[in-house]
Amino acid sequence: MVRFKVNGKEQSFDGDPEMPLLWYLRDVAGLTGTKFGCGVALCGACTVHQDGKAIRSCITQMQDVNGAEIVTIEGITPTHPVQKAWMEIRVPQCGYCQTGQIMQAIALLKDNKQPSDKDIDTAMAGNICRCGTYTRIRAAIHQAAKELA
Amino acid sequence: MTERNLSPRTMIENVSRRRFLQVGLAGGVFVLAAKVAPDAMHLVALADEPSAPAPLQPSLWMSIAQDGTVTIVAHRSEMGCGSRTALPLIVADELDADWSKVTIDQAIGDPRYGEQDTDGSHSVRSSFELMRQIGGAGRAMLIAAAAEQWNVPAAQCSTEPHFVVHKKTGRKLGYGALAASAAKLPVPKVEDLKLKDRSEWRYIGKESNSLFDLSDIVTGKAIFGMDATMPGMVYASIEHPPVLGQKIVSFDDKETLKVPGVQKTLTLETVTPPHLFKPLGGVAVIGDSTWATFKGRKALNIQWGPSDNSSYNSAEFRKTLEATSLKPGKLVRNVGDVDAVFAKGGKVMEAEYYTPHLAHASMETPVAVVEYKDGKVLAWAPTQNPQAVQETLSNVLGIKKEDVICHVTLLGGGFGRKSKPDQVAEAAVLSKQLGKPVKVVWSREDDIKFDYFHSTAAMYMKAAIGPKGLPTAWLMRTVYPPIASTFDPASKYADDEMGLGWNNLPFDIPNQRSENGPADYHVRIGWLRSVANIYHSFAINSFADELAHNAQKDPVEYLLELVGPPRIVKLDLKGDEAEDDKTYPVDTARVRRVVEMVAEQSKWAKQKKMAGHGFGIAAHRSFLTYVATVVEVEVDHKGQVTIPNVWTAVDAGTIVSPDNIRNQFEGAAVFGTSLALFSEITATNGMINQSNFNDYKLTRINNAPRHIDVQIVKSDKPPAGVGEPGVPPFAPALYNAVFAATGKRVRELPLSRTKLV
Repeated sequence: MVRFKVNGKEQSFDGDPEMPLLWYLRDVAGLTGTKFGCGVALCGACTVHQDGKAIRSCITQMQDVNGAEIVTIEGITPTHPVQKAWMEIRVPQCGYCQTGQIMQAIALLKDNKQPSDKDIDTAMAGNICRCGTYTRIRAAIHQAAKELA
Repeated sequence: MTERNLSPRTMIENVSRRRFLQVGLAGGVFVLAAKVAPDAMHLVALADEPSAPAPLQPSLWMSIAQDGTVTIVAHRSEMGCGSRTALPLIVADELDADWSKVTIDQAIGDPRYGEQDTDGSHSVRSSFELMRQIGGAGRAMLIAAAAEQWNVPAAQCSTEPHFVVHKKTGRKLGYGALAASAAKLPVPKVEDLKLKDRSEWRYIGKESNSLFDLSDIVTGKAIFGMDATMPGMVYASIEHPPVLGQKIVSFDDKETLKVPGVQKTLTLETVTPPHLFKPLGGVAVIGDSTWATFKGRKALNIQWGPSDNSSYNSAEFRKTLEATSLKPGKLVRNVGDVDAVFAKGGKVMEAEYYTPHLAHASMETPVAVVEYKDGKVLAWAPTQNPQAVQETLSNVLGIKKEDVICHVTLLGGGFGRKSKPDQVAEAAVLSKQLGKPVKVVWSREDDIKFDYFHSTAAMYMKAAIGPKGLPTAWLMRTVYPPIASTFDPASKYADDEMGLGWNNLPFDIPNQRSENGPADYHVRIGWLRSVANIYHSFAINSFADELAHNAQKDPVEYLLELVGPPRIVKLDLKGDEAEDDKTYPVDTARVRRVVEMVAEQSKWAKQKKMAGHGFGIAAHRSFLTYVATVVEVEVDHKGQVTIPNVWTAVDAGTIVSPDNIRNQFEGAAVFGTSLALFSEITATNGMINQSNFNDYKLTRINNAPRHIDVQIVKSDKPPAGVGEPGVPPFAPALYNAVFAATGKRVRELPLSRTKLV
């Protein structure tokens, strides 16, 4: 039995210990804001926070989240300055990757209050946006950093 | 009643257009429908029709409830291009509605909406007038209702958002309060409608427009196909034949069935040509979570039989295409007599270009939830074309099209892949066998290996060089397996793709000939964002740049000379293309304008030559939109290419949402970067060599263009398209920049195949 928290709520799981957290969140817990993109940590669509750090839930097995605090996009309340900046700059096109992008950006700004372009590129390089909203993502992260300062 | 009010898990149980209509009418709302006939449009107020509360009237487009909520139907899919927002915005503008009181109801697939395929960058242009008329009719009826109530002439009444106003007396009535009485009035004829002057538009063309689903997207509430569920559903993941057409000889699922959560396996019949959107075949693993089915698949042991397509090796196939491109092909367009010019001798330039297969790789892989019950189907899918779902499922299951209800979720990208609903058909077939709803989820590997691939293509170009270095004759030949092969295996010529930049060259050259050579297919061929324009534009714009350098002229000046004076280009087109040509003729003044504009944006004339640093230009008209792009590259001592700047000028005629259009063209530069620098699908013995983002590389934030400047031409011409036209000029502009930076002329995509240093 694995015990952990999702968005502040105690959860337990006694299914396949190898099941990735991603599929637990989506298929078991019904938290569909976390997306499937590649299954092998190449695209970042599945990004959530484990104990405050951005992780790829598609390669994080359930047996490895025992005792962890998981936060998904649904747990980001109230609206975070990163989300506000995403809306003001009108970043999304299809929007599918954006929750992963936002979770990655929130984690970045926790560690680095004033990231440079290069810092942003390094932190966000694992998150693919096929629609190609990268210049807006960069602008939105700078804007959110200003608001958080 | 919109998706946004419902949690993901209750959505499918509760959302029903039928209920919406019945509740709506019982509440006395004003419901306006437009029945779309091929030649004419009739507006009908449903409330007037005795048959109105019929079980399903999906032709309704717009309604106003007594609380003032305006519900507008989006009959096009949202895959990131903004159609779902843009079309209702047009209705709301003509209705003079307050956008904050508008909700959007996503249409199911139904021919009564007319054509619903969200591709070809045509949602706005095909529906612009219809949307205006729907809004305009509603506004006229609301005005008439208020005038009647106030006992004043309608002509004295006007509107402000969500109110009818009588200026003389200062009276005003809200749309909600007027809805019930407006519903009883006759619907004005389309020819009697007084639509707004464009100066009166509140939303069309305005910077303030943003995506309707923006807030849901950034909070994770937006429902994509991947997020749809049905009560009692099971999951399925399918091991497809590695080579198109392979049948199962035998398979062993013992280990699969031991995987926790796996329930059973089922086989799907292997597809035979024409491939259409039929299931590919294979072994389906059924389970209680996506993960169980993915894991179960890995434990399958399948023996596959032979297939003719096992001979397919893309490297060999390239040679075949190139050889064909050197032989005369089918005539596509002829002006003057190129052969006579070539026969005279003199300087001739020739070049061959090659582009590989590409996969769409939308971030959301193909997915669908389908319930087959008593000969009827309920489907939820991220589809660009819900009517194709109806047709495909009707054919595959042998049921009536009308018995397929297809709801459309948001699409996590589409790029043409999601016009092809083979995964919906898989879910339907499995649901029929299992007697319960099935959710089919494709892995990324499935998505990359079993796509409807963008064609690989070879182009041959030849020009006779006259005085001043300008061509006196221009021959271009293109060869690739056509999209038509997916629908008719005998198709070898790409007749349908010729309008994508091959039969409408806007150059002022007295002798021109364009041809298309035959090619066989060995994988499913489909359309990908901007389609054949990608290779056509690559060859044309690269060759134009080669000619410019040969003439020792500035590439922008040379391109303008090629385009020649402002004029309408005379084309010999047929069918839909001929129709389009009447409203949207190829206008070289518009080509020139975007070229001049982008030269200005990029300060082209003032850029200084530096080693390892270059600028390139390309211009291409596609989907009736004129685009010119300048790309700046830096090539370091290792041959690594970075893109500090991209400038794009766009003339898309009348536009709806400028910021969204900038976003589309920014995105096109990134999409263009992927295919220009990294992406390539190859095949060995019929099997696709790539599998995921490690070997099918896409642009990331750290190798994307750093700055992208998009300028839009102010225009009152009819709306054109914006989703695709940014892609075609990008790769050649980049390659021309690489030539400027390094002196290396590369004639094949992607650039990663070539060592620059």
